[in-house]
Amino acid sequence: MKRFLYELEESWRIAYAQMRSNLTRSTLTALGVIIGIVAVTLMGTAIGGIQVGFDKSMAVLGDDVLYVTQWPWKPVDDWWNYRDRKKIQTEYAETINRMIAATPNSNLMVAVPTSSLMRSIKYGGNEVENVFTLGTTSDFTVTSTIDCKEGRFFNEIESRTGAQVVVIGYDVANVLFPSESPIDKFVLISGHLFKVIGVNARQGTFLGLFSWDSMVAMPLAAFNKYFNLKNEVDVRGQNQGESDVRVKVKDKIKLAEAKDELTGMMRRVRGLAPEKKEDFSINEQQAFKSTLDPVKNTIAIAGLFITGLSLFVGAIGIMNITFVSVKERTKEIGTRKALGARRRTILLQFLIESTALCLLGGFIGLTLAYFMCFGIGKAFPSFPIQFSFGLVVASMIVSVLTGLISGFAPAWSASRLDPVTALRYE
Amino acid sequence: MNAYSVRPTGPMVIDIENITKDYVMGEEIVRALRGVSLQIRRNEYLAVMGPSGSGKSTLMNMLGCLDTPTSGRYEFNGRNVADMDDDELAAIRNREIGFVFQTFNLLPRATSLRNVELPLIYAGMDPEARQERATQALTDVGLGDRIQHKPNELSGGQRQRVAIARALVNNPSIILADEPTGNLDSKTGEEIMALLEDLYQRGHTIILVTHERDIAAHARRTIHLRDGVIEMDHPGFIPELDAAVAS
Ligand SMILES: Nc1ncnc2c1ncn2[C@@H]1O[C@H](COP(=O)(O)OP(=O)(O)OP(=O)(O)O)[C@@H](O)[C@H]1O
Ligand SMILES: [Mg+2]
Repeated sequence: MKRFLYELEESWRIAYAQMRSNLTRSTLTALGVIIGIVAVTLMGTAIGGIQVGFDKSMAVLGDDVLYVTQWPWKPVDDWWNYRDRKKIQTEYAETINRMIAATPNSNLMVAVPTSSLMRSIKYGGNEVENVFTLGTTSDFTVTSTIDCKEGRFFNEIESRTGAQVVVIGYDVANVLFPSESPIDKFVLISGHLFKVIGVNARQGTFLGLFSWDSMVAMPLAAFNKYFNLKNEVDVRGQNQGESDVRVKVKDKIKLAEAKDELTGMMRRVRGLAPEKKEDFSINEQQAFKSTLDPVKNTIAIAGLFITGLSLFVGAIGIMNITFVSVKERTKEIGTRKALGARRRTILLQFLIESTALCLLGGFIGLTLAYFMCFGIGKAFPSFPIQFSFGLVVASMIVSVLTGLISGFAPAWSASRLDPVTALRYE
Repeated sequence: MNAYSVRPTGPMVIDIENITKDYVMGEEIVRALRGVSLQIRRNEYLAVMGPSGSGKSTLMNMLGCLDTPTSGRYEFNGRNVADMDDDELAAIRNREIGFVFQTFNLLPRATSLRNVELPLIYAGMDPEARQERATQALTDVGLGDRIQHKPNELSGGQRQRVAIARALVNNPSIILADEPTGNLDSKTGEEIMALLEDLYQRGHTIILVTHERDIAAHARRTIHLRDGVIEMDHPGFIPELDAAVAS
């Protein structure tokens, strides 16, 4: 064991001396690994960023909220079975809330109706088109975390009376009010004036998934007064606006029971006979996640595979240079064997040499990748990038593995050299 | 001259019997050794002579456990070398045998000290003890002031001294020197021979390959190889006898 440590130390020393005396050659070879590590690391940060952005977007949905919708949140083959389902009515929320109140130990907390469609918003000469316009009740703050940068969300009275007030998203506020506070200003939506009472804190967008930044919210009563969902049909004949009901559960551990309870309630609302199939869907964040996970994983695997190829090319360079090194130092190998080096000593020595090269490349590559991430993050703040400690460790492990794998064949051939043949080599 | 008055009677270090070595070169078989028997005891000083291609180096490699015979028996310190695996052979080379090469074979990028330390590293010795031993060995060969020099900062004679220090640092049973003065001028060669003589006086066992009679004259016993067999094995170096063999 001690001998192994001494031999290891000696191998590192030799590897270092070797790199120093063949500086150009080592640098060029390490370049292959540098490029590979930069590519893999950047891909890793992008994948990490996708994951974080994805989780952030998912958090908007909430992991303790059930969504009653017409369409399920998963791809369906028999879409025609869902097309003709009855629309979800915002009134269901009230009915469900009454049922919750009447049920002792209900697993449900509160039902919140939402209606939404796309609208343009104007203030002064500024306009934002296609803004996700949401009508809901003040209970909305229970189902979703809404952080207001300025002002507040609308309260229960405004909600009940259908006050003409809006809470606007961060991006919307920035476009409409580039240089002033939006609070208490009146914006124009479809010809109607709404007073801005709150601005959401920035959430960040991700892959076009839903974000609070580009939406506005108003009391449902006001929404219903001025907008008519049934008239919202786009060129493809699809209904643009839609309503659903979201229900917050008391304890997310009992999500399944809550779901059963809500299903029962909805069957009663719809007046379904026991043998009838449900004509609505109840979804939770998890369902959405599991439909998107395979997509995400495919992107990750494909990305890592492609960037991994560049690392592979780097590894071949290392293998090549290690073979050259073994050839050049055949006589030295013979001498070492004559002095008592065992096969594994020689094997270790050349493995360390290739590993040292890869570690050097990995370290430089990682540093480069770090600065590149930093630059990209500065230049494109919305681009998802996540540079983590885990990634550093992973890259270093990948570097070491690359060194070990690419160095193995040459190191093995060196360790098997016949001492006399090696000594005679000129 | 330097002849023994009596044959040495120390314990047997090397005992080979009827050793052959064939090299297969395509169709042709080169029979480098054709049946060599030899016994060497502790604290002998043996010169191996013979014309070029007679198998001197082949025999040395065999004795140094770098090569294995095609046939025949080889016992080193009473153990049959044929029974040893690769690691055991490496251990024997490390601890029992010190090699000195014609071309010095120092590691070019390492200092004298590190070159001499190498066998001790392979033996698993602690860094402090290792350094002390290596420094001592270098001092013994007169290079106490050159321990941080690299080979290219040393003269040929100094390089060979480093190599000798490296060969004896592990206190081996025998020192094998294959034409140690072959790359040196005669004056430096004599210095190296004086060093070997000193080692011999201190109890080391030395086997020396050489072409040169002046060099062989330092040994206490000489064998002559020709075409892979021992033609003559005699104590001391007798110039007339040697001349007769050479002609
Ligand atoms: N690896 C090998 N493959 C083929 N033939 C070899 C090999 N090694 C040695 N020989 C042959 O074996 C014979 C003995 O070689 P060896 O090197 O032992 O001679 P030598 O006595 O040391 O000669 P010199 O004085 O020139 O060093 C030679 O004919 C040589 O060509
Ligand atoms: Mg020779």
